Amino acid sequence: MDLISQNLPIIFAGLMALSILAYVILDGYDLGVGILMARGDRSERDRMIATIGPFWDANETWLVLGIGLLLVAFPAAHGLILTELYLPVALMLLGLTLRGVAFEFRVKAQTRFQNAWDRAFIGGSLLAALTQGYMLGRYIMGFQAGLWQEAFALAAGFGLAAAYTFVGSTWLIAKTEGTLQVRAVLWARASLLLTLAGMIAVSLATPLVSPRIFDRWFSFPNIIGLASIPLMTGALFLSLWIFLRRMPRGDHSLDLVPFLGAMALFTLGFLGLAYSFYPYIVPEKLTIRAAASATESLWIILLGAIFVLPFIAGYTAFSYYVFRGKARELRYD
Amino acid sequence: MDPILLARIQFGANISFHILFPTITIALGWVLLFFKLRFNATGNEAWMNAYRFWVKVFALSFALGVVSGITMSFQFGTNWPGFMERVGNIAGPLLAYEVLTAFFLEATFLGIMLFGFRRVPGWAHTLATFLVAFGTTMSAFWILVLNSWMHTPAGFEMREGVAHATDWMAIIFNPSMPYRLGHMLLASGLTCAFLIAGLSAWRWLRQDRSEDVRLALRVGIWLAAALIPVQILVGDLHGLNTLEHQPAKVAAMEGNWETRGNVPLVLFGVPNERERRNDYAIEIPNGASLILKHEAEGVVPGLNDFIGKHPPVAPVFYAFRIMVGMGMAMLALSWLGAFLLWRKGEIPRLVAWAFVAMTFSGWVATLAGWYVTEIGRQPWLVTGVLTTAQAASAVPAGMIGTTLALYLAIYAVLMVAYISVLFHLAKKAGGAGPAAPPAYAPRLQPAE
Repeated sequence: MDLISQNLPIIFAGLMALSILAYVILDGYDLGVGILMARGDRSERDRMIATIGPFWDANETWLVLGIGLLLVAFPAAHGLILTELYLPVALMLLGLTLRGVAFEFRVKAQTRFQNAWDRAFIGGSLLAALTQGYMLGRYIMGFQAGLWQEAFALAAGFGLAAAYTFVGSTWLIAKTEGTLQVRAVLWARASLLLTLAGMIAVSLATPLVSPRIFDRWFSFPNIIGLASIPLMTGALFLSLWIFLRRMPRGDHSLDLVPFLGAMALFTLGFLGLAYSFYPYIVPEKLTIRAAASATESLWIILLGAIFVLPFIAGYTAFSYYVFRGKARELRYD
Repeated sequence: MDPILLARIQFGANISFHILFPTITIALGWVLLFFKLRFNATGNEAWMNAYRFWVKVFALSFALGVVSGITMSFQFGTNWPGFMERVGNIAGPLLAYEVLTAFFLEATFLGIMLFGFRRVPGWAHTLATFLVAFGTTMSAFWILVLNSWMHTPAGFEMREGVAHATDWMAIIFNPSMPYRLGHMLLASGLTCAFLIAGLSAWRWLRQDRSEDVRLALRVGIWLAAALIPVQILVGDLHGLNTLEHQPAKVAAMEGNWETRGNVPLVLFGVPNERERRNDYAIEIPNGASLILKHEAEGVVPGLNDFIGKHPPVAPVFYAFRIMVGMGMAMLALSWLGAFLLWRKGEIPRLVAWAFVAMTFSGWVATLAGWYVTEIGRQPWLVTGVLTTAQAASAVPAGMIGTTLALYLAIYAVLMVAYISVLFHLAKKAGGAGPAAPPAYAPRLQPAE
């Protein structure tokens, strides 16, 4: 018990990291599909929406959990981060709002407004992806002001939007068939290259802005352990590229593979970031332990989380099971 | 402009917009479950058609509640960082439990409830409907626990300026929680009942004679008629509880300046905070004493006992009258409607139009009630522990103003879109004839 008490901040940082990873993968594919809707006609759009309709709401809840854990477990970090990111947060919320309501309005509103709501859906998805990437960039830069830092954050915005588009395309490969799936393969190939460029850019810039990270990456013997992450990432990119060159296949048995590959890619990128920034929660300013709130409150939450998270995992799995296979038309009856 | 005032307007605008939608969905979830159970029991397709129409309204309202709720989860931090610093040890776990026990549940089963009708057995679809209704109610429970704790904090101690929990049962079952929760759940029931009655009456007036319209209209009117007297009783108990714990708020609601006996009930007036009296007051002698103390001589606390520590009088005073007035109108109309249904089996056109006019009366009453209780808490954020000014952030006024303008613009658009789409759906439903092909019917027949 004492061991847990002493390490509660680390446990909560882990829980928070897990929610954020779940969020970027799960809402990542939603937002990616939303961005890709720009390339589809009305009937393709309906099918694209059908692949994410039953899931998007629960996917977005991981963001509420992640930000909630930051607020609850690390109030000091929450205040620092959200004050620094006040405007991009507001823009992200605008994007998420437009995306979320357009989901409903695009089919329920009067016909003459439906295209406008489609555009709101696409624009909202893109805005949310760009601002989230921008915030990630600002975070990596330790919130330093400056032209280069801004440029880097903007580039990170496009990088994350590309990554969301990639995971969205692989989701469409898994959940669609026919011409839409053929198009999704092409989208996946293009966005995979953009994602690769984004990850390389972030990986090159990160050690340059922080001498601490530079030391952590390139000092001996750390470099041996750390080298496995870029090596595995590189191998994954190559395998995904080769696999996507051979898609779509006649049978649909392997349609889920690119999506699983995208999940692995996100996880590796996330591990790389976590490794670089640990033990800081606000880069170079605040450590996980220094930012943590009182132990007794964290205990209460941990007990609840241990009890409830298995249920959440269970019924989430049930929902994916119910809507397994290729997406069908969304009907209320 | 004062950044604290801007932050309050921004948060107030967002939370006011947000509360409209949960107020509908909390009760509508249970009404949908009722429709589904009636269909399971009777096999009458009209109940399922009512379900199909109202589940669309549910989905739309839910989406608006979700997106404005996410905005709120960020604004806790951006607008009130001092809140979490001071009372985060209590607010944090309550919010975390809301996410863990309510948000995931409702969001996940919503997918099955909306789109799973042909994919899961009938009982599983009914169960999904129940879990969504249960989830929305759990969410209301946790957030009202936190809100009530902010009004009547209990079960904690202050150490080095930070609140630490000492008794979680006392925190959860704090003195005002049962009244506030009951009052809010009933407000949700009434809002939903008048929405159903109003929109169904509108369809009926447009010559939509579908069986499901008739059923929904009856459910709406009977539900409203049954809930409104309970709400008046619970509201009265809530008021007495507030008198005990937050007397300054009750003094502002009543517009009573001096602590004394034989206090009249001010039906209407213009509170004049500078002169500390009411202008143009229309009063019922001994009314306030009778309501609050149940005797004519009962001593009612006055605002002058709390100079500098009581809320702004006018907004609380007016909002209270709007809420009570709306409640009286709801009582009159719903009982008239229920009486006519009982005696004649239908309502005349004029009464139907009155229900259409009252479609969103629940929103007006709910918002007015929230303004009474939340403005009535000022200058405190957490009574006796933390003032609103202490919790405010250092974000510059210009930035708050810019984002406020952004939020207000988007909320205005969404509000217009929401209301027009509700009526558009109602119109479309009437024109479509029999709602769905019966191809899937065999699986859905209730067990013999």
